[in-house]
Order: sequence, then structure tokens, then C-alpha cells
Amino acid sequence: MAGNNKRVIVVGGGLAGLAASIRVAEGGVPVDLFSMVPVKRSHSVCAQGGINACNEVARQQGYSEYQHFDETLYGGDYLADQGPVLEMANWAPRIIDLLDRMGVPFNRTSEGFRDLRLFGGSLFKRTHFAGATTGQQLLYGLDEQTRRFASEGKINKREFWEFLWPIIDGEGEDRRCVGIVAQDMRTMQIQAFRADAVVMATGGCGIVFGKSTNSVICTGGAASRCYQAGAWYGNGEMIQVHPTAIPGADKCRLMSESARGEGGRVWVPRKKGDTRDPTSIAENERWYFLEEKYPKYGNLVPRDIATREIFDVCVNEHMGIGGENMVYLDLTHMDPHYLTEKLGGILEIYEKFAGADPRFTPMKIFPAVHYSMGGLWTTYTPGDYQPESPAGIHNPGDESPASTAVGQGMEFGAHNNMMTNIRGLYAFGEVNFAYHGATRLGANALLSCIFDGLFNGVSVTNYVLDGVAEDQGAATVSAAVFDHAVEQEQAKQAQLLATVSDSGSTDPQFNPYTIAGELGVEMTAASTVVKTGPRLEQCLEKIKELRERYSQVKLGDAAAWTNQSLSFTRALGDMLIMGEVIAKGGLLREESRGSHYRLDFPDRDDDRFLKASVAEYNATSGESTIMWKDVQTALVKPKPRTYGKVEEKEPAREEAVAASGS
Amino acid sequence: MSNTATNGQPSSAAPVPTRTVTFRIKRCDGPGQPTRWEDFKVPVVPSSNVISCLNWIAEHPVTASGQQTTPVVWDCSCLEEVCGACTMVINGKARQSCSCLIDQEAPREGDVITLEPMSKFPVVRDLWVDRQRLFKGLEKIKAWVPIDGTYNLGAGPKEEPDDQQMRYTLSTCMSCGCCLEACPQYHKEEQEADWENAFVGAAVLSQARLFNAHPNGKVLEGERLDALLGVGGVNDCGNAQNCVKVCPKEIPLTESIAAIGRAATVHAIGRFFRGK
Ligand code: SF4
Ligand code: SF4
Ligand code: FES
Repeated sequence: MAGNNKRVIVVGGGLAGLAASIRVAEGGVPVDLFSMVPVKRSHSVCAQGGINACNEVARQQGYSEYQHFDETLYGGDYLADQGPVLEMANWAPRIIDLLDRMGVPFNRTSEGFRDLRLFGGSLFKRTHFAGATTGQQLLYGLDEQTRRFASEGKINKREFWEFLWPIIDGEGEDRRCVGIVAQDMRTMQIQAFRADAVVMATGGCGIVFGKSTNSVICTGGAASRCYQAGAWYGNGEMIQVHPTAIPGADKCRLMSESARGEGGRVWVPRKKGDTRDPTSIAENERWYFLEEKYPKYGNLVPRDIATREIFDVCVNEHMGIGGENMVYLDLTHMDPHYLTEKLGGILEIYEKFAGADPRFTPMKIFPAVHYSMGGLWTTYTPGDYQPESPAGIHNPGDESPASTAVGQGMEFGAHNNMMTNIRGLYAFGEVNFAYHGATRLGANALLSCIFDGLFNGVSVTNYVLDGVAEDQGAATVSAAVFDHAVEQEQAKQAQLLATVSDSGSTDPQFNPYTIAGELGVEMTAASTVVKTGPRLEQCLEKIKELRERYSQVKLGDAAAWTNQSLSFTRALGDMLIMGEVIAKGGLLREESRGSHYRLDFPDRDDDRFLKASVAEYNATSGESTIMWKDVQTALVKPKPRTYGKVEEKEPAREEAVAASGS
Repeated sequence: MSNTATNGQPSSAAPVPTRTVTFRIKRCDGPGQPTRWEDFKVPVVPSSNVISCLNWIAEHPVTASGQQTTPVVWDCSCLEEVCGACTMVINGKARQSCSCLIDQEAPREGDVITLEPMSKFPVVRDLWVDRQRLFKGLEKIKAWVPIDGTYNLGAGPKEEPDDQQMRYTLSTCMSCGCCLEACPQYHKEEQEADWENAFVGAAVLSQARLFNAHPNGKVLEGERLDALLGVGGVNDCGNAQNCVKVCPKEIPLTESIAAIGRAATVHAIGRFFRGK
């Protein structure tokens, strides 16, 4: 089949990258897999909650793949193109079966079937899980299969290699991606690699916000490099914030929302900057602000409200504990035995990383950036399901308007599925903007990553085998193109290394870590939970200042071997550009939708903004411009997103518990 | 890794440091280079851990005696003790640096924390070591379920909850290497050529048990046991039981080793009678 030395490069070894590598290798095309870490250590390991799929039990209760699709669109406030979401929901049960066959230890019922749990965004049990570390277990399942393919020589793993730049050749119709430049993070050798297609599976960009729930490798640097090379970036402003995280000195770790569900009370000291031990602060000196502002629902207000209120109290009113961005989540009024029984596992996590026992000391929590719905812009070929008019409200038990046959939402194997605007350059997983619209439902992330790899991996194989003309193959491209790309990266590196001086890098003006810290604080304050036009403009000014300082950055390490400072500082330049895209999209989107909340435009505005923001980079000016592209809504008619109203009727404990771990 | 953008927060958002702690860090510029110790005085807050201190040093690379130096190089990723990357020897004990809180490790003013790279793996630079031998070991024992391909072929086998629990526990091994650092039978091998005959270690033996326990993974049990009957296999274990005491995921490693040992013996007898 593939006797014509065609090759595919996959960048990133999380769920999306591994699933893609396996699928492409199985299709007979050899894969070069690049990852900054041994793939088993990718960020996918951090996902705790589970993976959604329609299943037999839920089906017999009236659930369906179609309803999973409908929930995902609704959750995402209709900002995602609908075809790909339908296809993903249809494939979910097949994906669970495959993972099951790979040996993933899914939790079991007493009869030996796969167990299910309730999760936010659905009234049906449709979330499969493996202990408290589902993401880790799914990743290991794929890691094991990748190891098998590697041992057979079908996948060539290059671990501790950093992606530096996509190589794009040709003009107009002929413009296509023909390989990448990458660097060995140990030897620092920079090298070009040829490929007929490149799959970016490089995850999110949480580190742009400083401390987030993301791993340290999630800088968004790789996506930003593709963006600077001409790939479009979609819906950058759509950043999901998790309401309750444990703010550490190094990162924020998730605290399950079930702590609120079980009776946790949120408060801050009434006295600004009070540093007393919380247990010695009397009841009348505590401000239970959620209970006060929402007397009816108190601490059980929905997630987005909880997030905004906590944020407001700390960032705008400076009432956080000891002046810091933290509030108490207090369980100490409850019976410790009851707590251990109900919340054991999550209390242990808190104790391990915060060093205090939540049964006797109030927990300190704060919202944290968790997931990027935005990512590289991608396209696809629509599938067979093309209703005459979009469907209305779908209720449990209703007959599904679409079938679950392969190719209903997206044509199976079409060359352009999840391809960026640059031919041959694909984006899979979190770095792909396609599936989650304006907010992602809990336990849909793992699904979208694996779906991209398995379903769209076939598109990559088909494209390299049938879509690349013989005289267009990467093997035919002149060596000068690759040499030039390497030289450019070498020059960039030489420029950074030349800034190292004996006096060191301690001037905070030009210290890369200081600049990164300031970027994170600014992005978190201006461009996450509550946004306003003036604040975002200020944020863009700040980024301009940081970019100016970055142009004179001083590196602290001149080593020609394993130079992590160089790698980080180079990525910082890319993070600054990513930050600008995120803030600019937020400024221009004058509405509130999903995770994007504008205080000055509190309503959804379908007339103006039922559109994807698509950023394009001007390499000459260094500026980003935003275009607006229509969203495909031919399958389901957008309806108002009224979770709030449902919760008003019943702000049940179950709701908060169900939302946990996402 | 010095990649976290967690420092330099404006004072309005950053907690005020409450005290300083001295870090003694064993440094080495690369393979074959001499090692040296450097001390750093690091301001800490109650939420500080070893990672946040290494981040602080990256931003302020000046030793306790005022010498300008380079940021320390180390490996990390998840910062949640689930990826295994950040393992190092802290005050003489191998553990994850991301879950090492300063207030617990060095509670008193003037306490010193020493950081060294793991001694059983070749050093790349400073605290970063090369653990590829561990992953090679997984390849050697075919640590996977040999599925027929990724086509849609229905569900996997049903499983009893107890069996799932057992496999889940074994499957939480994050290839961190603590059990190997602690093992008296596991020795450093600089050359990849020597890995083949060197002891695979407790983590890999336990993974063999994991895949032998899967109804379809079992298909390769014979090959796994063949690999583990040879040099560097289960017989290299001296039963010192150090491994099980240090595993951060509390994986029952000695049980796994005993199970593999028994299976290997049975397999060897069978092989003798089959004349293979
Ligand atoms: S029991 Fe075996 S593997 Fe474990 S420490 Fe002892 S010798 Fe090493
Ligand atoms: S068995 Fe435990 S100590 Fe050994 S590598 Fe796995 S997680 Fe680490
Ligand atoms: S960084 Fe992943 S275990 Fe510490």
C-alpha cells in the first residue's frame, strides 16, 4: 500500500497523538512521533473524571448517541460546527469498546459490566471511568499499543524532542506542509524532518495563564508556532475555568465540586487582609458571601456563578484570605467520619498537596484555568445527515432524527477532516477548536481526543496515500527548503544565547520567568472569569509592553547541552502572541456565551456572534487580525442555554456531585 | 523543568514569604562531567513545594554565597504526582518533587534540603536522569494486550470487580523509578547495549503480572515468562523488599514478584517437559 516512502509526523503523545499514531501506522504509513516528554507522561494523565458515551443501560432509559450530541452542542452554547460533534457522539460507544479491548481497567458492576457515573450536563449515567485516574488509564492503554507498534518498527518515537516550526512549501494551490523542524532537548541538535502530513496534537495553553490545572508542558507554544507560520486560530477567547482548585505555589490542582455538594460553606474573613487562623475567626467575623448574595441557594449556586463570585470577591474587592486570591471552602462544621466516608479520596488529595486536613482546617480554594475550547482552526467534509430544516428540542425517548451509521456527521476518511487552512497540517485533540464550542462538558475531553485520532487518523492516511501527487511528495522537495528552515531556528537560538551575560539575568525587566509570571497574572485577571472591554484593552497594552521587554530578554544559561531556559524563553515569545490572540478575541466578541462572560455585554447575541472568531497572523507586522466565520447550525436549531433555570427549581446536591472532577 | 511561569507575580497577588530554606543541589553539566554542590537560600511560603523552589531558583540563579550560576535542570510535567517525571532523591530518599511540601520536609528555620539525581540512571544534566531503560523493559516483556486492530469489534471481556481492582492498582504504575532506586539488585547501566542483560526491576515484573492477568493479555504469558526466566529476569531479585516500601502508588510489588516467580517456575517445568 504505502511502498512510496510516504511518512506522517505526529507532534504530541497524549491521547490524541497516540490514537492518531496507532491508526495511521495501522493504515500502513510509517509514523514519526515527536514528544517533549516520554509519551506515558503526557498531560492526558491528569484527567480524573471519565469519558462519556451512550451505553446500553442509558439507551434503555431513553438516552441515545443523538442526545449526547444534543447535550454537547447545548453545553457549548452552539458555537461548534454540528456535523463533527454528531460524528463524535456516534463513535463514543465504539471508542469505549476499543479501549476496553486494549485492557483499560474500567470500573465494573457486580455482574462484570462497565460501571457508569453521573456527570454534569446530563440526567443519564453515561460516564465510564477507571478509578480516580481515568485519563491516566486511557493514556496507558494507548501507550501500550504504541509501544507494540514501535517494537514492530511502525512507529518511530522521538521523545524529548521539541517541535519548533512547521515546514511549508509552495504557493497558492501548491501550498502544503512538508515536514517540521524539531530539537533534541538533550543534545540541542536542531533537525528538519520530512513528512507528507503533520498532525499537531499538542494540547492546550494553560501556562499562558501562569498557574492553571495544566501540566508545565502546556504552553501553547507549538500551536502558536503553527499560527505564526500561517495556520488560523479559532475561538481563542473560549477558556474554561474550573471553580474550585487548590492554589499551590507551583500549580492549581482540581478540588472536586462534590465538597460543596456535601455541605461545604464558602467564606472569607470580613476584615480585609485578616491573617488569623481561620478556626479562631468567630462566626460573626466571617462573610459567607454566597449565602448572603444568594439566600435561596447559598453555596449550591451553579458553577459559573460560584466561579464569578469567588473571583469578584478576591480580584475586585480584594477580600481574599490575607489579601491573596483564595477563599475558604469549609467542611469543619461537619462530622469527620461522615466526611471520610463520603469524600475520602478528594480530602486525601488536598492533604497531600496543601498539607492540611480539611476535616479540621478549612480548605483554601480559587478558580483556575482548566481547558481551552479554542485552538487551531480546522475544516471537514459534512456527512450524510442533512435534514431539510434543523431539529428542534430533543427529549429523552424521542426517536433520533439521525442514525448512528458511520459518516452521518462527517464523511469518513475525507482528506480535509480536521485539517487546518494549510494543506497537510492537521490539528487533533485539545489543540483542535472543533468540538466544544464555548464550553466543554465534563468527560467529553478524553472522548474528543481519542475520536480525533481514530476517526480522523484515517483521513490523514488517505490524504498521504491518495491526496498528495507524486511530484508534490515531501521526498521531492528540495533540500534547500529544509536547510533554510533549520537555519532560521538556529538563528533564533543564537540570538537568544547571545543575550547571556556574566552579570546574569536577574534584572526583572528582562528576566524571562518574571515576564512569564506577569503575563500569567494579567491574563488570569483580565481574560478568564469576568471580562470587560476596558480591562481587555488594558490587557492588550500590558502584553504589548511585555512583548517589548521580551525583545530585550536576557537568558540565564548559555549551555549547548540540555538548556531548558532556552526552550522556555523561546516558548515565552510564542505564549505572548497566544495571549494576544486570546485577549483580542475576547475584546471583539461583544456578547456572553458559554465560558466567555462580558460584564458589559451580558447576553448571547446570535445575530452578531453565532460565529467563530478566527485569528490570522501577519508575519510582517506581528499583528493578529480576527475574522468571523459562520457556524454550521443546519442540524439543530440553537436554543437558549437555561441550565440556570433548571437549577433554580432544584439546586440538588446531585448536581454539584455530578459535576465533580471534570 | 524550569518551564513553569509561576514566579514573578506582583506582590498584590503573591503571598509574602515567611522564611527561607537552604537547598543543597548536586549539579552536573552533562554526561561525563564532574559533579559539584551548590547552595541556594530560597524564600518559602506555606504552599511551597520543591518544584516552586526550583522555579524560584530559575528566576534568581544566584547561589547562597552570591555566585551567579545557571537555572537548575530537572524533569517534571503534571505536578500532581501522576506522571512520574519529577522523581529525584530528596534528603536521601527517592520521591516525587511535586508532592514534597517544604513545610513538611524542612519545618524549622535553617533546615536544609538536599536534592540529588537518582543514582541508578545516567544523568542527563543536574537532576534530570535518563529512564529509557525502564520503558525498554516494558517492551521486552511485551507489556500490552495484543488486540486484533482498532476496528469496531465489540466490547472486551467482562470482568469481576475484584479483578478490575487488582489490575487497576497495578496499572497506576507511573514508571517513576523509585522502586528501582531503592533496590539493591538494580544497578546503573550507562550503555544501552548493557540493558538487555541487566535486571529489569520490580516495576517491570509487576507489569508482567498485570498483562498476564488480562484474559487476552494472557496470550503472551509464555513469551513474557521466557523473557523473565533469562538473565536480568525474576531470578535477579534478592527479595530485599525495599521496592514495595517506597512505591508512591502503594503497588504490592513483592506480591507481584512472587506471583511472577511462581508462574515462571511452572512455565519452566512445562518448558522442560515440552522440550523447548
Ligand atoms: S524485592 Fe527484589 S525488586 Fe524489590 S527491592 Fe528487593 S531485590 Fe529489588
Ligand atoms: S512500581 Fe511504584 S515505584 Fe516503581 S515505577 Fe511504578 S509507581 Fe514508581
Ligand atoms: S511532575 Fe508528574 S509526578 Fe511530579
